[in-house]
Amino acid sequence: MTMACPGCLAAPDARDSVPVASDITLHLPDIHCAVCIASVEDGLGALHGVKDVRVNLTQKRAYVSALPDVDADTLIDALARLGHRAQMLDTGPLAGQSAVGQDLLIRIGVAGFAMMNVMLLSVAVWSGAADATREVFHLISAAIALPAVVFAARPFFASAFRALSVGRLNMDVPIALAIGLSAAVSLAGALGLSERASWFDAALALTFFLLVGRYLDHLGRHAAKSAAADLAALASPQAVLVRGDLDHVVRADALVPGDVIRVTPGSRVPADGIILEGRTELDCAALTGETAPDLRNVGELVAAGEMNLTAPLLVRCTRAGTDTTLGRLADLIAQAEMQKSRYAGLADRAARIYAPAVHVLGLAAFIGWWWATGEVGRALEVAISVLVITCPCALGLAVPAVSTVTTARLFRMGLLVKSRTALERLSEIDEVVFDKTGTLTTGVPVLENRPSDQALALAAGLAKGSSHPLSRAICAAAVAHGLTPVVVQDAVETAGSGVSARCNGEVLRLGRPEWVAPQEASPEASEVWLQQGGKAPVVFTFAENLRPDAAACIAALRADGISVALLSGDAPAAVARIAKALNLSEAQARVTPEGKAAWLQARADQGHKVLMVGDGLNDTGALAVAHASLAPASALDAARTLADVVLLADSLMPIRAALAQSRKARSRMGQNMGLALAYNVVSVPLAMAGFASPLIAAIAMSVSSLTVSANAMRSTS
Amino acid sequence: MNVLVFLIPVSVTLGLLGLGCFVWTLRHRQYDDPEGDKARILDDRWDDVPRP
Repeated sequence: MTMACPGCLAAPDARDSVPVASDITLHLPDIHCAVCIASVEDGLGALHGVKDVRVNLTQKRAYVSALPDVDADTLIDALARLGHRAQMLDTGPLAGQSAVGQDLLIRIGVAGFAMMNVMLLSVAVWSGAADATREVFHLISAAIALPAVVFAARPFFASAFRALSVGRLNMDVPIALAIGLSAAVSLAGALGLSERASWFDAALALTFFLLVGRYLDHLGRHAAKSAAADLAALASPQAVLVRGDLDHVVRADALVPGDVIRVTPGSRVPADGIILEGRTELDCAALTGETAPDLRNVGELVAAGEMNLTAPLLVRCTRAGTDTTLGRLADLIAQAEMQKSRYAGLADRAARIYAPAVHVLGLAAFIGWWWATGEVGRALEVAISVLVITCPCALGLAVPAVSTVTTARLFRMGLLVKSRTALERLSEIDEVVFDKTGTLTTGVPVLENRPSDQALALAAGLAKGSSHPLSRAICAAAVAHGLTPVVVQDAVETAGSGVSARCNGEVLRLGRPEWVAPQEASPEASEVWLQQGGKAPVVFTFAENLRPDAAACIAALRADGISVALLSGDAPAAVARIAKALNLSEAQARVTPEGKAAWLQARADQGHKVLMVGDGLNDTGALAVAHASLAPASALDAARTLADVVLLADSLMPIRAALAQSRKARSRMGQNMGLALAYNVVSVPLAMAGFASPLIAAIAMSVSSLTVSANAMRSTS
Repeated sequence: MNVLVFLIPVSVTLGLLGLGCFVWTLRHRQYDDPEGDKARILDDRWDDVPRP
């Protein structure tokens, strides 16, 4: 270390104080029983440096407390030996979420306790208790109900106050008004200031059911957020930072321009930069959709998200973190996200009509009764009963209950629903657009032609030591044909070119055509040639592997009357081959990321509701523009973050199930809204006419809430 | 009706006890992993000695 700033040496780097591993959370997607729990807890607990392990089967996670020198990879390897798949999780974005849920649960508990007790006391009043008994019961109810209302209904008061202080109305304003006014009027009754019946049980029942709706809504949002966090962590974006002679593992978003990072073969480039050392092939499929690897040399640029295939690289970062190549698409995405957040769900639309209607009705009742009877007290009482009865208890439950049930059902099918309005948007889909690489295909090449056994065995012998995807395809083909790789000597891999070796005194070369036989013109880049001594080269050609159920999925979607299209950034020949295999008439090749987004925008302008299914960075713009979007779990984290739904299963078939379930959920939401409104149609005229006793209010409210919840839970099959 | 003097405090106290127990279970994270707890009763690793 020659020219180091003394300040930097004295002050520890902020990144060093945040070790990547100390308390590690692992995602274990496959665990399902007591034996799995025991094997994970015992297996990890036996490792050196692990202090405590706790498996949570509901969340499918393991919380590991360990010494700082234990890293997640050690744990994941240990679990792999026990037969459990594991990924590291980044729990940062989830902090504080469970506290919100707990807070709501305590409020529900308090409201439920107070509601039960006050209702017991109210039964006595309704069945005719009089005089002193009645007064005492009212006072006891007040003593239980007032603190409970103040504590339990605080979220509604706070939200209503926030809305009113910026001069807006939201659904919580009539709720807070109804709860507050009914508690105040009941208190006046209890203190003997008025002769009116007590509304305490109504205020508490209202609070209780609304809190349950709020909790269901929270669960849905929490599931969405934790799903996003789970998936962000799947890629575990880490980088190997080279400082001095030492390598440090840091988080990719902690890199700054100027850092020197090491990128090993088989890992993704964590930041944009310039190659300082090394010559390698990079797989840019995630960025461009192109399947042919790209050769890069010292001094050339690499972009975040590209996969290093052959040789280790030393890269100087030019742009890091959120400022990488993804930024190119940022404008496009931000714009589309704006449009999507403007999508109003059923509940929002209902609330927009409902909140003013409730106030108008309450005010009309008050003015009408005042004018008719001249009694302010009586008019106020009728107005409160209208507010309490119209209060959107069932409306608040109608949508969250259905989406919670449906989201859980889809999760069991291998689909993670991330966005709150995704179900409603999915139900409107009439066209599905697929990306090719990594979505319809597995992204792993397979050997297409069939060279002679002798050539294949020889090529497999050369390819055995290489991690290049084409080498692996050759080895896989040799194994599939039952061939043993020929043993070769002095195998040397030239990054970006191929492998050379000797066998029985002959020089062998396997690799790019222009490297194997520079004198001959190479016909296509995706070919690999094998040359043995002075003989004519043997040609190996490769093709992409279709996902096994891609054709079945497309047929099923067509059977449901949904049209299907293919948009790819890959070369026309590769796209045409896939389109032919899947019998797709609408297929476009060499589409730029902007082109994909523009294509989707054009379809949207024609009135189509399009579902985009894609996995790469080149799909992010399209995913954001589309009416709804879906990404496979193998997608880049940027694509998964944007997608409304993530496909956890390794199959495309759940897409059809997702569309069918969402249509069912949408109609269930509509039914629930109808039920909730039907109760209001019956009870509001009663309240306006002044016939609504607290008993009728309590019954109407509870029964409508229970009906709506039961309808949501009702099984579809 | 004098019996109400005892019965109402008794019923409210019992209710409060239930509420207190609910808050206690919540604080001790007993609702975090219902699936896991369901499976753990079949676990025989800690039958002889409690988990440290």
